[in-house]
Amino acid sequence: MEFFVISMLNGLSYGLLLFMLSSGLTLIFSMMGVLNFAHASFYMLGAYLGYSISRVTGFWAALVLAPLVVGLLGALFERLCLRRVHRFGHVPELLITFGLSYVILELVQLIWGRLALDFKPPELLQGPAITLIKSSATGLSVVWGAAAPELCRAADAAVRVACSPFPATRAFMMLTAVVMLISVWLLLTRTRIGLVIQAALTHPESVESLGHNVPAVFMLVFGAGSALAGLAGVIGGSTFLTEPAMAATVGSIIFVVVVVGGMGSLAGAFLASVLIGVIQTFAVAFDWSLGVLAEQLGIALSPALQGSSLFKLTVSQVAPILPYLFLVLMLIFRPKGLLGSREG
Amino acid sequence: MTNFRASTLQRARWIIWSVFALTLLLAPLVFSGNLGITILCQIGIAIIACLSYNILLGQGGMLSFGHAVYSGLGAFVAMHALNAFTGGKPSALLVMLLPLVGGLAGLFFAVLLGYVTTKKSGTTFAMITLGIGELVFAMSLMVPEFFGGEGGISGNRMTEPLLGITFGPQRQVYYLIAVYTFLSVVTMYAFTRTPLGRMLNAVRDNPERVEFVGYNAQRIRYMAFIVAGFFAGISGGLAALNFEIVTAEVVGAARSGSYLLFTFLGGATFFFGPIIGAVLMVLAFVLFSELTKAWLLYLGLIFMFMVMYAPGGIASLIMMNVRVAAYGRLRGLLPQYLLLAVTALIALLGLSALTEMVYHRQLDGATGATLNFLGMALDDGNATHWLSALAVAVLGVGLFEWVRRGFAQRWHVVQEYVEQQELKKREHAV
Repeated sequence: MEFFVISMLNGLSYGLLLFMLSSGLTLIFSMMGVLNFAHASFYMLGAYLGYSISRVTGFWAALVLAPLVVGLLGALFERLCLRRVHRFGHVPELLITFGLSYVILELVQLIWGRLALDFKPPELLQGPAITLIKSSATGLSVVWGAAAPELCRAADAAVRVACSPFPATRAFMMLTAVVMLISVWLLLTRTRIGLVIQAALTHPESVESLGHNVPAVFMLVFGAGSALAGLAGVIGGSTFLTEPAMAATVGSIIFVVVVVGGMGSLAGAFLASVLIGVIQTFAVAFDWSLGVLAEQLGIALSPALQGSSLFKLTVSQVAPILPYLFLVLMLIFRPKGLLGSREG
Repeated sequence: MTNFRASTLQRARWIIWSVFALTLLLAPLVFSGNLGITILCQIGIAIIACLSYNILLGQGGMLSFGHAVYSGLGAFVAMHALNAFTGGKPSALLVMLLPLVGGLAGLFFAVLLGYVTTKKSGTTFAMITLGIGELVFAMSLMVPEFFGGEGGISGNRMTEPLLGITFGPQRQVYYLIAVYTFLSVVTMYAFTRTPLGRMLNAVRDNPERVEFVGYNAQRIRYMAFIVAGFFAGISGGLAALNFEIVTAEVVGAARSGSYLLFTFLGGATFFFGPIIGAVLMVLAFVLFSELTKAWLLYLGLIFMFMVMYAPGGIASLIMMNVRVAAYGRLRGLLPQYLLLAVTALIALLGLSALTEMVYHRQLDGATGATLNFLGMALDDGNATHWLSALAVAVLGVGLFEWVRRGFAQRWHVVQEYVEQQELKKREHAV
């Protein structure tokens, strides 16, 4: 049970991190029709800038400043490069962001080097947020923060006690994502600028003729999307690893999320992020394989089959490809994605 | 009028193909060193790969991020086929047919994976190819029986001599590659002239109308995808023979990315564009990457500039000037081109000196403070060197921009003239 709860929390937090990324990607896509290939690069940039800024000002200021810088850079890129190729169509738009991902990767390696950085979360977030205590005598209980050592030790030899901590950084990740989700939702539905953005999604010409500056709105959305990626980067970088490969690892997953959720659907992106986060986290924990399955079912395998790596492959080894398998299955059975509305 | 045009076109076509065949035939005599032959072999392989990629990108408007899957799997299957016959030495005939085995493997996987991939077009298509590319690459580390794990699989292409051919010397392999390159280029050009090739262009430009005419756009994309997969597989089979080792990185995202980059740089809108791109790709990977550590940065920047200012790639730049030359106006532009080239060179010199110094400072601090830049010893601790590099860069960029403005006006005038002449010609013909 405590395994399930902890894995679920881990999966949810990872899924919410994915959503922080995919929400920006989806917003930009549904508004401008541009799938920003460099979105994960902005995530990486957020982590690296967060690291550098946090060494001067501390983590909490960096958490605010780094996304702002990334957002500014994103807006600048939109203004100088993306807007220029907008008239050529969607393929050149995708291509220029593809080129940008190369340039950012090289620049990051140039400025910060090729090795992983030691980007630690602040003191406050280093311990566990909650600890689950499972005792065979009293059942399951939850303690805030780290559990006192005497709680994890059984007073009686007959009673078994196990403590499973849930890291505070991951709890913070969930908190930030939820706050972000709510504020983006409020911004889009309750404010004037949000209404203009929503209108510009479907009827850019009408919005423009009403006197709103649609290109400026585009720049704002692109900058905001990049800033969200940067925010995810500061949190993701301090929780996981800050290294040059971090953009590539998360990059292709968020594209899967966007396609599985349905292109341009924010709710779909949310569902797909959480789903993929949870599935991947659970898969890593199991070492079942086809060979074990056959054994359980009482099917005798020939020695050759037992030796083959296909039958020795465990679920945890397959975990990295699960999102892509999910993508393929989704395209076969529901091509428009979970909550998508457009075929294309 | 039309008859005359058709016959000159026909003649030009014969001349171009003969020149191409002669180039392939004579190139190893000109570049006869070891490095020269190695590069030529890789260029031949890259030409097939980039052209096959352009069936998707240029002719079908399908932006694929996973084309290396088909060339790579073709290479793996070809290598397994080669190894299946190494009980004795394989016969030369088998080795000659091996690239076809790779091609069939590419075709098979394109049939299998392309069904899912081509269900969508546009941006979604791009994302799916990326996902499938990642899927295959991740699989390559999970199934060591087929992919050989970290070390890859290797083989031996040496055969029993057949008319003196053993495929031991690199030169013999080159001629095998050259024959395949020529045949593939001819076939792929012919493909663009078939009804399917034409419909593919229509699907790229206006899929809705294609559906109204009664064609199934999705099926056309699927068939073109299969054709592209076949030729990619051939290039993979040739690569397996050429290197005698196949590792998992041949199906990786970096390889797919470089197909895309260089096909686009060469020019996706013209048939011969990817050939230029392929030559550039091999030169960049073999020579440029030796020259500087910053080559990926340069590549990315060049690519971004190309997308912004010349989305038709190098081929379109060439064709624009060919058109101007056809109306006799190129000569007037030549001095301007010369000025542009000189100022661009100054700007490049300054900018690359700066970049190299930054790279040196960041990455090779241990090897001492000085670096060799085009024969000059630059010291990354010396302020004068930094300032002078900066001054050259600023001067170069400023001059270039100044010359470019003058050139842009001139170019505009020339283009207007050419367009008027063309209009007149058309009126005349009517």
